Amino acid sequence: MATDDGFERTYPEIDDWTDSRELLANARKQAEERQLDDVFIVDIDSHISDGGNWPEIMDYVEDPVIREAASAFGDGSKRGAFLNGTNGLQWQNVWGRIPHGQGLKEAVEESELSRETILARRCMDQMGLDYQVMFPNAMLFLGMHPVPEMEIHLATAYNRWLVERVLPEDPRIKAMMYLPFNNPVEAEETVKRFLGKPGVAGFLVTSSRHKPVHANEYMRLYGMLEETGQVLGFHTHLNWQDEYTSQLNRFISMHAISFVLCNLVHLTNWIINGLPERFPKLKVMWIESGIAWLPFIMQRLDHEYMMRTSEAPLLTKLPSEYMRDMFYTTQPMERTNETLLAASMDAMNAETQMLFASDWPHWDFDLPATIWDLPFLDEAAKRNILGYNAARIFDLEIPEKYRAMAAE
Amino acid sequence: MSELFVAKVEDMADRERRIVVEGGLEIGVFRLGDEFFAWESNCPHAGGPVCQGRIMNRVNEVLDDEKRAHGYEFVEADVHIICPWHGYEFNIRTGIHPGQPETRLRGFPVTVREGAVYVAV
Repeated sequence: MATDDGFERTYPEIDDWTDSRELLANARKQAEERQLDDVFIVDIDSHISDGGNWPEIMDYVEDPVIREAASAFGDGSKRGAFLNGTNGLQWQNVWGRIPHGQGLKEAVEESELSRETILARRCMDQMGLDYQVMFPNAMLFLGMHPVPEMEIHLATAYNRWLVERVLPEDPRIKAMMYLPFNNPVEAEETVKRFLGKPGVAGFLVTSSRHKPVHANEYMRLYGMLEETGQVLGFHTHLNWQDEYTSQLNRFISMHAISFVLCNLVHLTNWIINGLPERFPKLKVMWIESGIAWLPFIMQRLDHEYMMRTSEAPLLTKLPSEYMRDMFYTTQPMERTNETLLAASMDAMNAETQMLFASDWPHWDFDLPATIWDLPFLDEAAKRNILGYNAARIFDLEIPEKYRAMAAE
Repeated sequence: MSELFVAKVEDMADRERRIVVEGGLEIGVFRLGDEFFAWESNCPHAGGPVCQGRIMNRVNEVLDDEKRAHGYEFVEADVHIICPWHGYEFNIRTGIHPGQPETRLRGFPVTVREGAVYVAV
């Protein structure tokens, strides 16, 4: 069976180079079986690929010395220039068992379009997505870069490349701009520079960093984002070098804890220091920690807050109530215990506060059917989580076909 | 019930698989030695194309008499098909996930007749 763009399946053994239209053929099948093409779906978090485009991205570095120095990396190719990625990311494919976990290596046709756009379209078409928010793999480590100013150089280059090269290619592709959060002033400059650019959906902090989010230096940044109605996302990532996680000898152990740990720390600081009271209209989103961590920290903070209220004097209600005002992406949705999952989603007001994310092409990606098949949610809740919550929070235009359906 | 031709026996090597398609149904047919096994290529986890994944032996952790760990080993007798979407593994002989017996693939009868392999659907 051929896809709309003429691709025909050959049912090969899936390897690192398999076309994602072949790899995701069952996603298309799921979409058709469930009529998901009639459902407005937004994917809040994907990481298509950036390794191959890194040399091009380096041309967007604004410091002439750093831009020139990029040529010293990758045997002159600029590949991987200045990046501080750890080997943890290379373990994602479970030693060859999940090929796409190592990044998409498939061929793309000769085109004026960037490789990112071509690969994003393949995914969106197979999954039945209306919008996909893209975030780069390579940037996930930058908060721990040993050269602090490198975060600024690379973030600016990447943000520019997205805004000037990728986002204009397809209105379905959106991006949250990387905030060089280790330098608050530069983070503010990033907001000023990229706010309102076509395709920019919000601003994002990579959570793998040792910077307390309640530091006074960030208040002007949060105020800017609140005033302009922008989403502030915190995207987790692994950190195998931390003192605690360095004791974990298997990727499964480190991944299970590390991805949650950094968001636990930042969310706890965020609430206990009263940031929701200081910036009550700021839309804060916690990305890629799954769902199971939420009932744990809700209960823990509520329990301790009742006994130690004086340590969190800005709060006027329980920590869990502030948590229910914030937003969360669903992936990687833990679903081996349906009872616990249902209770967790209920505790977090999932119908209004949760947003679908695929995390494609990472090894633990989710599909729209992951949400659609949940037996304990009604259809309105599923549609909200899959798309309408995102449309509301990111102010996305809902395509005409869905508006017409709603009117019928 | 109808029968689908898979391959000539001589054309399938040990540990080789073929995907046969009937309408919307995709079935992976595997050869292990002189035996053949057929499973739907639809992972019970998330619906991934499980039979298009890698074939690898089950991994075991080696312990000595004092229960000290000495690394990994492959188990020759247990050959797995691994879903390429998320890594769920299934024993090709039983269709069962090694960590949770309730998680299993949907199987189909395979017959070998006059040097050819057929699967009944």
